[in-house]
Amino acid sequence: MTNILEAKGITKQFPGVLANDHVNFDLRPGEIHALLGENGAGKTTLMNILYGLYHADSGEISIKGNPVAFQSPKDAIESGIGMVHQHFMLVPVFTVAENIMLGMETTRGLALDRKAVSAKIHELSLQYGLEVNPADLVRELPVGVQQRVEIVKALYRKAEILILDEPTAVLTPQEADDLFRIMRELTSHGVSIIFITHKLKEVLAVSDRITVMRGGRVVGSVLPNETNEAQLATMMVGREVILQVDKGEAKPTEDVLQVKNLRVYDIRNLEVVRGVSFEVKAGEILGVAGVQGNGQTELVEALTGLHPVHSGEVYLEGHNMTGKSPRQMIELGTAHIPEDRQRHGLVLSYPVADNLILCTYYQPPFAHNGVINNQPVDKYSRELIEQFDIRTPSPYVNTFTLSGGNQQKVIVARELSRPIHLLIANQPTRGLDVGSIEYIHQQIVAMRDRSIAVLLVSTELDEIMALSDRIAVMYRGEIVATVDAKTTTREELGLLMAGSTIKTA
Amino acid sequence: MDLKRFGFIAFIIVILFVIVVLVGKGTVPATVIIVSMVATTISVSTPLVLGALSGVFCERSGIVNIGIEGMMLSSAFFGWFASIYLSFILKAPALTSLLFGVVVAILTGGLMGLLLAWLSVTFKVDQIIGGTVINILAIGITGFLNRQIFFEKHSVFGGQVPHAPGTLPPIHIPFLADIPLFGKIFVQQPIAITAIVFVVLANFVIFNTRWGLRSRAVGEHPRAADTVGINVYKMQYLNVIIGGCIAGLAGAYFTLESVPSFEPLMTNGRGFISLAAMIFGNWTPFGAWAASLVFGASQAFQINLQFFREMIPPQWSFLQQSYVVGMVPYLLTMFILTGLIGKTTPPATENKPYEK
Repeated sequence: MTNILEAKGITKQFPGVLANDHVNFDLRPGEIHALLGENGAGKTTLMNILYGLYHADSGEISIKGNPVAFQSPKDAIESGIGMVHQHFMLVPVFTVAENIMLGMETTRGLALDRKAVSAKIHELSLQYGLEVNPADLVRELPVGVQQRVEIVKALYRKAEILILDEPTAVLTPQEADDLFRIMRELTSHGVSIIFITHKLKEVLAVSDRITVMRGGRVVGSVLPNETNEAQLATMMVGREVILQVDKGEAKPTEDVLQVKNLRVYDIRNLEVVRGVSFEVKAGEILGVAGVQGNGQTELVEALTGLHPVHSGEVYLEGHNMTGKSPRQMIELGTAHIPEDRQRHGLVLSYPVADNLILCTYYQPPFAHNGVINNQPVDKYSRELIEQFDIRTPSPYVNTFTLSGGNQQKVIVARELSRPIHLLIANQPTRGLDVGSIEYIHQQIVAMRDRSIAVLLVSTELDEIMALSDRIAVMYRGEIVATVDAKTTTREELGLLMAGSTIKTA
Repeated sequence: MDLKRFGFIAFIIVILFVIVVLVGKGTVPATVIIVSMVATTISVSTPLVLGALSGVFCERSGIVNIGIEGMMLSSAFFGWFASIYLSFILKAPALTSLLFGVVVAILTGGLMGLLLAWLSVTFKVDQIIGGTVINILAIGITGFLNRQIFFEKHSVFGGQVPHAPGTLPPIHIPFLADIPLFGKIFVQQPIAITAIVFVVLANFVIFNTRWGLRSRAVGEHPRAADTVGINVYKMQYLNVIIGGCIAGLAGAYFTLESVPSFEPLMTNGRGFISLAAMIFGNWTPFGAWAASLVFGASQAFQINLQFFREMIPPQWSFLQQSYVVGMVPYLLTMFILTGLIGKTTPPATENKPYEK
């Protein structure tokens, strides 16, 4: 059977980095071929070349046996390639129909023929089982539906090859399962799919073949039933990756954080945290598990001074901290790794050094009498960059130039290098690659071993189970159960997260 | 445009009209005053409507155009100069000279638009700075050339400002102009009529054609447009040049339709008021038109009140001072821009040059 797509010897050099180094890649008709690699491995560069957004320095691409040379995405689209980017290419203020027809609009005379386009969209919806409403405004659609619109957009252009770039990065577990179902449906209709990701479980669950890239090169191709997570991780990172977090026994001592009957209302005046009570002891990790949207975000925001508390009390080492401001929380020894690192954790346009002193810039030695001393700032930031292995050319580049993993390391470095008693980590490894995840998990356990109380909030069940000593499950704003991490199972937690009550032994 | 905004516009227009009617109804019947106010409003809002439309085209594709004022001023000058040259030096008939002047004005606007596009799209200069460059350039060029050409003894005109070939003659719209009493509203000069026609055309183009969809996509999410094969830079260039041409037509109004002469700085801030009209109208042609009518009404208010100066009752004598009344359009602009009448949403990628 001939390959529907073949790329041979693709090489692409950017200033300072060889993004693709003689890469070979092929795709068989009707297969789901996963392209696995860490951030910076060259996967997105390769796909951008296949889609005509970049031009390769050398190499050949052929579609169905015919050599092609794409000047722009238009050529790729005409050859039957469609791409769904990680950050959607949808105009928020347009309707679904307007977004889908953009660039190849059907007209009646001079006017746009919206009716014809809607009809065609309905047809595709039915044919592929992808429900979208042409008249909806994209910005009002949930992320999972927006992704469906992107897929329909590609199919509307008669794509036979679909490239999905990190599609599950923005989806809930349920939406991800939905996506996999759609992917299989598409292949049964003859569409071939290239699926870019760095998530090991997904790759083993849904692909027919897996190609691993590292440092711009292809490391190898394997079949999912002939490999496992550990082997794939090793291929991705180039060394043994410890997927299991190596942690000793917890030695919890006294309560550091006490939450009593906390109630929080969201901006629409709905009660989202409904009488939550728990405590976290020094030297233990309490993991809060739950599907996104059950009150975890507001809980953390209330505990860090970012959201008003309606009623209830919060005690930090015996001091009543209810409703205190973030600075007060920080000064009392709380560290916070926020859920949305780009919005709440960093000032992206600032240099790395400034972000590293974001909590303490006003204190000596960084500032005296309101004037900042650059010398201590420089010294401190260089120390942290070295200590936490933050990959940046200098402390003075703007933080937005760093990769996601390194941005997170800046936050971790800043928060964990202060004298703290409590660490609140909210989705600390969201969107990060295996190497960064390993590092951050190690840091969290290290904190716990230094008798710091850790409150870990995460929607990744694996992360909760790997790191926590005790696990509290949140469902609809309440803690439905608190279990011992050593004795619980995935199934039990899954049931609790879905709202069923636990039957304790 | 939402009710709140529409209501505000209607409210202000009614108040302005009522004040003038109350003052003048002693000498002139109320209906005559109202008809006169309406006709004047339509006429004086012409440059504002065109300026706002120019802004809509530019900004919908993502390029902020602060230089509408400069585009108007330079087109006013060059259009006027061209018409005088044709009529005085080449002895062409008046109407031909005037129409030629309009064409030159439009081309001048287009050229200024090309300059703005070049600065903003190719060199990725901050667009506010690019627009300011155009404004300062216009003031400089027109002031300098005005002195050199018309007041220098050795210039082609011999040191005197020659007679201009007049202004564009008003057109009587068939049927409507014959309506007794209200017919006067439908006697308007060509550029004023064109402006209204453009509002309807612009609305159709921007919201119902391929061109409009692609331009708006470029202004909201240029990368999305790029990935479906749209040439972002080309679209921005073309839209800004079109915007420049429309601003050029607005410039023609000043020297070829309103008064047959050129004064330095005669645009008097109306380019900036058009921006306020565009913003208040939420970047839509009809919204911009309605907002321009408010500003036009405040100008008509000023004009008509001058006419009735003697009739102003003593307790309102401050209205006799032209500068008090003259402040109204600018006060209105500031008030509208505070957002008290509700916030509007600009195109998302405004003033952010697109990097591939």
